[in-house]
Amino acid sequence: MAEGGFAIHPMDQFVVKPLFGGEHVEWYTITNVTLWLGIAVLAIIALMVIGTRGRAVIPSRSQSIAELLYGFIHNMVEEVTGHEGVKYFPYVMTLFMFVLVANLLGLIPMSFTTTSHVAVTVTLALLVFFGVTLLGLVKKGPAFLAMFWVSSAPLALRPVLAIIEVISYFVRPVSHSIRLAGNLMAGHAVIKVFAGFASMAVISPVAIGAVSAIYALELLVAVVQAYVFTILTCVYLKDAVGDAHH
Amino acid sequence: MATEAHGGAAAEHAVGMPQLDVTTWPNQIFWLLVTLVVIYLVLTRIALPRIGAVLSERRGTITNDLTAAEELKQKAVEAERAYNDALARARADAAKIVAEARAEIQKDLAAATAQADVEISAKAAQSEARIGEIRAGAVAAVTEVALDTAHELVAALGGTADAQAVSAAVSARLKG
Repeated sequence: MAEGGFAIHPMDQFVVKPLFGGEHVEWYTITNVTLWLGIAVLAIIALMVIGTRGRAVIPSRSQSIAELLYGFIHNMVEEVTGHEGVKYFPYVMTLFMFVLVANLLGLIPMSFTTTSHVAVTVTLALLVFFGVTLLGLVKKGPAFLAMFWVSSAPLALRPVLAIIEVISYFVRPVSHSIRLAGNLMAGHAVIKVFAGFASMAVISPVAIGAVSAIYALELLVAVVQAYVFTILTCVYLKDAVGDAHH
Repeated sequence: MATEAHGGAAAEHAVGMPQLDVTTWPNQIFWLLVTLVVIYLVLTRIALPRIGAVLSERRGTITNDLTAAEELKQKAVEAERAYNDALARARADAAKIVAEARAEIQKDLAAATAQADVEISAKAAQSEARIGEIRAGAVAAVTEVALDTAHELVAALGGTADAQAVSAAVSARLKG
């Protein structure tokens, strides 16, 4: 990738490396991933705990943001999963806050975007997948499997539809995770590419303009992907706790 | 191969997609789980109950304030009604007072008029009497003058006037 003085390494930003020396990344090694996950935790604590310490009836700015997020996700969970799903609100909120904050932290120059890694998003998606499946089986028992048997379709079609439904059910964690990681990785790589072009004097104004524009777009993507991830989680959760009608 | 790529070049430049380097997966997954547990504990132990409490407290405050506002509005409406009542009463009182005053004045006026009438008629009667006297006086004077004139005329014509006959003739003439 190195071509003389003009080198673009769009994927370097995703390299996982140990922070305190050493070559190998063991499962316990403190890496840049650990650092940025920790920063995400601190940011969430700053916003949700320190920001709300006033407990004011007339909220401060940070408290307004925390309340806005709380209300937004609470309403989403209630609307999508119904009244039954509200008790899983803390889990959904945890996922949303993590994805949102990690996405936004990733937009800080020189930072590391934890949610651009498939390992992270797959873990999140599998947590949701297994969580929802087990919850459904525990709460509804065999009736949970009825959701694969499309009773509104003609009898002859039902086995075919059942196969499609089962496949689509198991594809969920794949699409759920790849969507998030792919969006962030692509956006950040594109920013890096344009930033690399900025080293060429002729096109640097265009490149810098493009970086700014894509940065704005990525800001939108960061928030929208957090929203999408969360609302899909709610939709899946609805299968487990909501009234099945499909 | 992935390990080799990682061990050699990863520290400098990425080879391919670092996301697919599965040697880093256990590390990422481990720290992610730690992160999620910490976030979950922070949210459920501190942040969410606090925000939920604040939101419900605000809802309560707003409801109370609205109720209080409703009460105050009710009071304002009552006050306005009381004011209007008082105004209407004052107006009615004023009208009554005006009517009474007018009746009073009317009565006084009637009394004064009656008295004036009495006085005027008394004065008129007096004047009448006085005019009668003057007229009577005038008649007497005329009779006397006529009598004298008749006497003189008779004397001038060379007759001897019988006083009795002259006065009878004059008074007969005056009556005629």
